[in-house]
Amino acid sequence: MSTTTPVEDTVAAEEATKHRKSASTAAKEGLSSRWGSAAALVIAVLWTVPTVGLLISSFRPEADVKTTGWWTVLSNPSFTLDSYRSVITGSDVNLATYFVNSIVITVPSVVIPVTIATMSAYAFAWMQFKGRDTLFVAIFALQIVPIQVTMIPLLTLYVDWGLAGRQAPGGGFWTVWLSHSIFALPLAIYLMHNFMREIPGELVESARIDGAGHVQIFTRIMLPLLKPSIAAFAIFQFLWVWNDLLVALVFAGGNLQVSPLTVRLAELAGQRGEDWHLLSAGAFVSLVVPVLVFVFGQRYFVRGMLAGSVKG
Amino acid sequence: MRRLTQRRRLAAAAVLTSTAMVLTACGGGGDDGETNTAGGTSPGEGNQVCEDLGLVEFGDLSDTEVSVYTSIIAPEDAAQKQSYELFTECTGAEIAYEGSSEFEAQLTVRVQGGNAPDIAYIPQPGLLRTLVEDSGQVVAAPEGAAANVDEFFDPAWKEYGTVDGTFYAAPLGANVKSFVWYSPKVFADNGYEVPETWDDMIALSDQMVDDGIKPWCAGIESGDATGWPTTDWMEDLVLRVSGADNYDDWVNHEIPFNDDTVLEAIGRVGDILKNEDYVNGGIGDVKSIATTAFQEGGLPVLDGDCGMHRQASFYAAQWPEGTDVSEEGDVFAFYLPTISEEFGQPVLGGGEFVAAFADRPEVQAFQVYLSSDVWANEKAKATPNGGWVSANTGLDIENLTSPLDQLSAEIFQDPEATFRFDGSDLMPGAVGADAFWKQMTAWITGQDDQTTLDNIENAWPS
Repeated sequence: MSTTTPVEDTVAAEEATKHRKSASTAAKEGLSSRWGSAAALVIAVLWTVPTVGLLISSFRPEADVKTTGWWTVLSNPSFTLDSYRSVITGSDVNLATYFVNSIVITVPSVVIPVTIATMSAYAFAWMQFKGRDTLFVAIFALQIVPIQVTMIPLLTLYVDWGLAGRQAPGGGFWTVWLSHSIFALPLAIYLMHNFMREIPGELVESARIDGAGHVQIFTRIMLPLLKPSIAAFAIFQFLWVWNDLLVALVFAGGNLQVSPLTVRLAELAGQRGEDWHLLSAGAFVSLVVPVLVFVFGQRYFVRGMLAGSVKG
Repeated sequence: MRRLTQRRRLAAAAVLTSTAMVLTACGGGGDDGETNTAGGTSPGEGNQVCEDLGLVEFGDLSDTEVSVYTSIIAPEDAAQKQSYELFTECTGAEIAYEGSSEFEAQLTVRVQGGNAPDIAYIPQPGLLRTLVEDSGQVVAAPEGAAANVDEFFDPAWKEYGTVDGTFYAAPLGANVKSFVWYSPKVFADNGYEVPETWDDMIALSDQMVDDGIKPWCAGIESGDATGWPTTDWMEDLVLRVSGADNYDDWVNHEIPFNDDTVLEAIGRVGDILKNEDYVNGGIGDVKSIATTAFQEGGLPVLDGDCGMHRQASFYAAQWPEGTDVSEEGDVFAFYLPTISEEFGQPVLGGGEFVAAFADRPEVQAFQVYLSSDVWANEKAKATPNGGWVSANTGLDIENLTSPLDQLSAEIFQDPEATFRFDGSDLMPGAVGADAFWKQMTAWITGQDDQTTLDNIENAWPS
């Protein structure tokens, strides 16, 4: 245990007293020290092991998955693409259809709430009108309504309006788009509003003195400055919609032609769970797109997180 | 909501009567179950099979579609869809099939939201009753379907598809729950014989103990539904200890849940499942029953670590690929023997029922088709790997490929057999899908017989 010599100890102690470190530099140094890095590495490995196990399982033959753990692959390696083959071609609606459906559902379900939310957030943040605060609090409060409560009334509305069912316009996608937008808006408006308030009032005022109207302020000042925040929220919303099963089941109901990937994944395990070994392969198929989005959007993601604390 | 539903029902009734008057559909009589027809010449006209089925009477149904919502999902759905081809050939109507593992929850949501499918295959008579009583949107089965059920099914089945005197849903598929899985190889090697009576089975278990084989294995873990396999044990034993009439009284709560006959049944189950000498072959001790997944509870039978495993016919899907399921093969099942001659051959089972939410001609035609012997045989032929059987007595056993399905069909068609539906599916949800499971799990892990039954009795909604 005593690998450090007394000499080194005294040197370290001297240095510590020489530079009276601020709390943040101390934290920074502590975290980037050798031990900090080692701890981070250990945590990263521990957190990744289950995912690696899942990945390995997805390539193992059914009998192996069901009888032994994935780590036995080290002593007895045998790999097959059978699980992926069953996932991709195992159903009579092509997996590509579900994949395309997922994209067709996700893109408008992100674009619609982001568009509406940025515009209304601007109004709440920089326009004066009667009842603004009350309205804002009302929207803020809507966040506490659990979506499960709204499902049956909403579905009834859609049916009455002719938006649900097999003969619905847009192939039945409207119900899913609208529902996702409705459920996303309260949080989106609230977040965007907070981001907008961070922008210095002088900026808006000087623009106004230069003769800019609301539209110009919104498009020339707010949108460029808010790009990271919008991207961050869009990524959140994307992941939420992509991974959603409940809304798809309820509102895309009755039509496999409009069902997303998650609906197919939910049925992979089979009637009585006899095909549970396919789930690992299914998980990786559905993981591809979110991982890509996350990797490419990560820049914005981190910046967006900081947007609340760091100006402009 | 209520007013809306009533208006809709009125509208439906109005449409129904006017169609009946204008087109003078065949049959008639009574408000419900009248046959609607689309008129025109059916594509099946001149085809003997279609005419015998009565499908041509529904007229020309080309360009129509029937949406079907079920809990039967891949891979078992392929055979279902294939078996509908004859229907499309006869009528021109297409079937839009959708299976979902979330079926039971989603069906209720869709029906309440007004977006009900045309047809739903309901696996529990209790759910059918709830839908009929709460939503009012389930429509009565057409006369053709009712006639088919009268002709081809045990009266008990028709009773389970009936709510308050109106026949709504014809049975579809079925499974036998009164099965004990065993390894014919192990039996042959040790000179064991398939037991014919309960006492023989207990004697055989003791024999296995003497030979160093744990005679029984079980697993009841199943996520939210942990404990359900023990309810099947209980139901089978109540049927065997006290007979079908007493079983009906028990299920309908006309006798208390903790009646003496039920106490005797749970005692008999405990003699096996809570007997350290008997369980849990190849897995562990008595308590390991509660933590073993039901899918894996019977697998030790294959390795010879466990002598017998009581589980329904659908357990056949759990054996690894390549397992020979036959009387001379790796595993097979025998009928769980009776205790007393007095009560005949009780058969515990389950199955799906075809409920309709629309009475358009194509929907009615499909109901008639599904309840016929022709469909049962079509379905059997479309299922080359086995794993499906119907209680339809018009089903030709030769058309079933797997020996186990053949055995199941023989049991259903045996005139001695008294069929009863899985009781936990008929009891109120608070008992059948909650207290019964949970208390039986607690019972496995040490709770005594009387407390267990008392607790379930107390959970029964008054």
